[in-house]
Amino acid sequence: MIHFVLLISRQGKVRLTKWYSTYSKKERSKVLRELSGVILTRGPRLCNFVEWRGLKVVYKRYASLYFCMCIDPDGNELEILEIIHHYVEVLDRYFGSVCELDLIYNFHKAYYILDEILISGELQESSKRTVVRSVAAQDSLVEAAKEETGSTISNIIAHAAK
Amino acid sequence: MAMHGMRGLSIFISDIRNCQNKEQERLRVDKELGNIRNRFKKEKGLTPYDKKKYVWKMLYIYMLGYDVDFGHMEAVSLISAPKYPEKQVGYIVTSCLLNENHDFLRLAINTVCNDIIGQNETFQCLALTLVGNIGGREFAESLAPDVQKLLLSSSCRPLVRKKAALCLLRLFRKNPDVVNVDGWADRMTQLLDERDLGVLTSSMSLLVALVSNNHEAYWTCLPKCVKILERLARNQDVPQEYTYYGIPSPWLQVKTMRALQYFPTIEDPNTRRTLFEVLQWILMGTDVVKNVNKNNASHAVLFEALALVMHLDAEKEMMSQCVALLGKFIAVREPNIRYLGLENMTRMLIVADVQESIKRHQAQIITSLKDPDISICRRALDLLYGMCDITNAKDIVEELLQYLNSADFTMHEELSLKAAILAEKFAPDLSWYVDVILQLIEKAGDFISDDIWFHVVQFVTNNDDLQPYAAAKAKEYLDKPAVDEKMVKVCAYILGEYSHLLARRPGCSPKEIFSIIHEKLPSVSTTTIPLLLSAYAKILMHTQPPDQVLQNQIWTIFTKYESCIDAEIQQRAVEYFALSRKGAAVMDILAEMPKFPERQSSLIKKAEDAEADTAEQSALKLRAQQQPSNALVVTDQHPSNGEPLPVFVGQLSVVKAPNMNNTEDHSSTEQVLSQENGNLSQVDQQPPSADPLSDLLGPLAIEGPPGATVQYENSAVSGLESGPDVVDGSAIVPVEVGTNTIQPIGNIAVRFHALCLKDSGVLYEDPYIQIGIKAEWRAHQGRLVLFLGNKNTSPLVSVQALILPPAHLKMELSLVPDTIPPRAQVQCPLEVVNLRPSRDVAVLDFSYKFGTHMVNIKLRLPAVLNKFLQPLPVSAEEFFPQWRSLSGPPLKLQEVVRGVRPMALPEMANLLHSYRIAISPGLDPNPNNLVASTTFYSENTRAIVCLVRIETDPADRTQLRMTLASGDPTLTFELKEFIKEQLVSIPTVAQAPTPAPPAAPPTPQIPPNDPAALLTDLL
Repeated sequence: MIHFVLLISRQGKVRLTKWYSTYSKKERSKVLRELSGVILTRGPRLCNFVEWRGLKVVYKRYASLYFCMCIDPDGNELEILEIIHHYVEVLDRYFGSVCELDLIYNFHKAYYILDEILISGELQESSKRTVVRSVAAQDSLVEAAKEETGSTISNIIAHAAK
Repeated sequence: MAMHGMRGLSIFISDIRNCQNKEQERLRVDKELGNIRNRFKKEKGLTPYDKKKYVWKMLYIYMLGYDVDFGHMEAVSLISAPKYPEKQVGYIVTSCLLNENHDFLRLAINTVCNDIIGQNETFQCLALTLVGNIGGREFAESLAPDVQKLLLSSSCRPLVRKKAALCLLRLFRKNPDVVNVDGWADRMTQLLDERDLGVLTSSMSLLVALVSNNHEAYWTCLPKCVKILERLARNQDVPQEYTYYGIPSPWLQVKTMRALQYFPTIEDPNTRRTLFEVLQWILMGTDVVKNVNKNNASHAVLFEALALVMHLDAEKEMMSQCVALLGKFIAVREPNIRYLGLENMTRMLIVADVQESIKRHQAQIITSLKDPDISICRRALDLLYGMCDITNAKDIVEELLQYLNSADFTMHEELSLKAAILAEKFAPDLSWYVDVILQLIEKAGDFISDDIWFHVVQFVTNNDDLQPYAAAKAKEYLDKPAVDEKMVKVCAYILGEYSHLLARRPGCSPKEIFSIIHEKLPSVSTTTIPLLLSAYAKILMHTQPPDQVLQNQIWTIFTKYESCIDAEIQQRAVEYFALSRKGAAVMDILAEMPKFPERQSSLIKKAEDAEADTAEQSALKLRAQQQPSNALVVTDQHPSNGEPLPVFVGQLSVVKAPNMNNTEDHSSTEQVLSQENGNLSQVDQQPPSADPLSDLLGPLAIEGPPGATVQYENSAVSGLESGPDVVDGSAIVPVEVGTNTIQPIGNIAVRFHALCLKDSGVLYEDPYIQIGIKAEWRAHQGRLVLFLGNKNTSPLVSVQALILPPAHLKMELSLVPDTIPPRAQVQCPLEVVNLRPSRDVAVLDFSYKFGTHMVNIKLRLPAVLNKFLQPLPVSAEEFFPQWRSLSGPPLKLQEVVRGVRPMALPEMANLLHSYRIAISPGLDPNPNNLVASTTFYSENTRAIVCLVRIETDPADRTQLRMTLASGDPTLTFELKEFIKEQLVSIPTVAQAPTPAPPAAPPTPQIPPNDPAALLTDLL
């Protein structure tokens, strides 16, 4: 199973964290600190796996962003590497050639999409079409709710602010 | 720009991005947190939209690494919002901010439950996702049955069901005691028929967890898994959207093979054949392609297939194919594949007998050790460590030493530890071992734990031949200008003890040795000075006739330290000074250290413990347990239980005052002196003795009673018994055990039964010797090789091995040497010819002497009836004519057996299969019956076919009817009795804690007239 998913920029900024195993707040920041140190300093053309505290971190760099997933030492590394790529492809399809800025300003979308791909640290859906479809369905639900309550003050403000 | 963006959130994010430095960022964040706090406080004016926005901001701030210690309540409260947009945010933010132990989560349980059992599908999805990601015990208690229902419900859409499967997986994984999965085998079997591949993927993950917990319950899922794998691997009927770069869901393939690895074997020959064909297809059909994703996906499948082949082991041919593939992988340029090649080779070492074929790749592996990628180095190091044995230890350890010069700093500790362990485990000669450790201390002194140099001292002390060599080496190292402090310690100790052996060599006069050591004194810390003082005292003692100049020099040093602030140094200085003025009496007191008792190396124990820590309930571990290592290298094992403490306290005293019991004169001065001696020598011996004792006693040894008291008791004891006896080590005999002083490691009976089923493994082991067996059987002949491995650094002498063959076996053992050198292994071939059918068992009468222990053991040899069988599956056309032609006793015997160990039919089939009796499924129309056949070989009967039929009673599993038929009446009878012994329930000896291997054989019944029967008690 995947213990956690991290998206870290080349400068060490955290763009997404998702913890499937139980980590306290303190442990979470320790993991982030240690792993950014290990992964960001790795040179190019090395393998995509790092052994860390008896676990294994599978990572891949896309442009300025590192996608990392931590698994048990006996997990299948390549399978995880392609889960990362699967996630990236879905993001790409959703945003239309995704870049780091998309993920910064729409980090909540990155979470929605991740929740459609992984639950409990296991792969939930491997069909890109199905994932994109259910995220789109959620979006339209949100839109519908907005229209429905279009007359409330909150939405007037929200629209005015737009 | 944001799609459904919240303006406030986007502005905040922009602000943060525009901050010039960390300080500005913190100010901006603090401002925002203050703002959010205020807004949350006066909740009245807060619209759902605002709440949503602030909660997202909190999550963003949290991701930036700031503490967000308020507002969790607001996030959780959004879960109860009636509308989807708010609810969604509540669910997602809660599952990001909180973990399962958070109290706030309790507030949401009711809402989450209602959402799950409610009719709104989108709410169900949100709730299942939250529980699947952070659900804890309380969720499991209140929700598990509802989630189970959703997973099985035919009215739910796949969208909900796949989430339910993974949600259930989480609940089960976290609280297997709460989630009731009784009767789930059938449901899982049904779920595996699922057409939606998303649901199937999630269900397969669930199955992996269930099977890893209890594979026996889910054996009906096995054929389905094979079918799914076959369908995917051959790309039959897989929807386009579930292929990934042309590969049918690689993830589902991997998961399916993972699930299969938790079943110990595959009994049904058809399923087995299908699976092996698919595996063969994967192994052969995976090519390297240009597209990196396709490559990764296909190799993910390939590596999982390799793991499955390793687990199933059976096909020797495929195993060699795997080794060849891995050999190819470790030589490619692509770093991921190389990494995985090395990793899987290491795994293969654990499960299969492939040491020899892997050794062929040694050069390539050493190249990887020097790879710039530390991940690859680590794998190469692990593999080298695993494949090291007595034949290649020298090469490998020397490579490791060399690599230590250039290795990444973070590797130093692991490298030096592994090099030290290998050197200790496999040293072909002890001088080499000393060389290696001294080099290690020189190159990586900081990483060498004290244990390691204690061990060098111990080895040198226990081996007289080694002492001059070690002393010369120590001098050489200490002569160098900048020396690591650990090096000073070990060298000073060795020179103190043994430099007198070098006295005749140039540059090795006591004076010169002293000045070499003393040169280092100004640069060492206070913990090392006591060791140097001891060395000086010993050098002085060995200088006979006394050298006035040297004596004055050393006395001056002692006097100088008499007022040292460090109590240890002060005490030594005072006492050594006083002692060295006593003239010849000092010879006894400062005599050479006695030999250390043999025991498990703390180093190796530590390594084993560390290994035990890392692997959890992993498939790898289960696999390893199901197939106990058949490595025959001489390894130390954990002692089965700690030896009684008092014994060691006794031993402690013996070590402390070695010579004093030999002093014949018991005058009062002598008595005083020896008490002083006890005290002193305790101090003196602390460095080395701290190690041997700390192995088993920990701090006890150091904080033990002062030497004088212990020693007093000891002399009282020796007054009663004969002194030398106590000294020469018989004191370690635990009183309650009597003469049987050596405790075997592991259960001898269990080892024997294991070897009845396989052809290599350990037959016997105790702290001194390990006896391994490797056997090959061909028709009525067998060739066994006994591997006698001396685990110690002293030789085993008076070695004798006698074979007591039963009448039906002709056995010839080649010459067994009288002495087994330290840490050596000798191989003794044993030829076996089977003359006629019989269940009698051959016995090996083995004895050796270690120190004063005369050890005699009688071991049953696994040259048993089933070794002369060859499974022979037959068709109906072959079976029935023979079955009919063999009519009635004595060629065909029938017996109703009662008191059978209850087992399911597949389990029984598996049991017979493991005894080389082939099941022919489908021959008997009654599904409760088994029909099997085998060929028996002996010199008298030649090849002879035996037919077996077992009729079981599904209503009463404790009884069955067995019919045996063959062309030889003795064979029919013996084989019938043999099978009966395997089936009948006998209270077996405590079994090894394996996760229920398919057929743990019961102890065979041995008739009372059998010579071996008498031995079973002894064993």
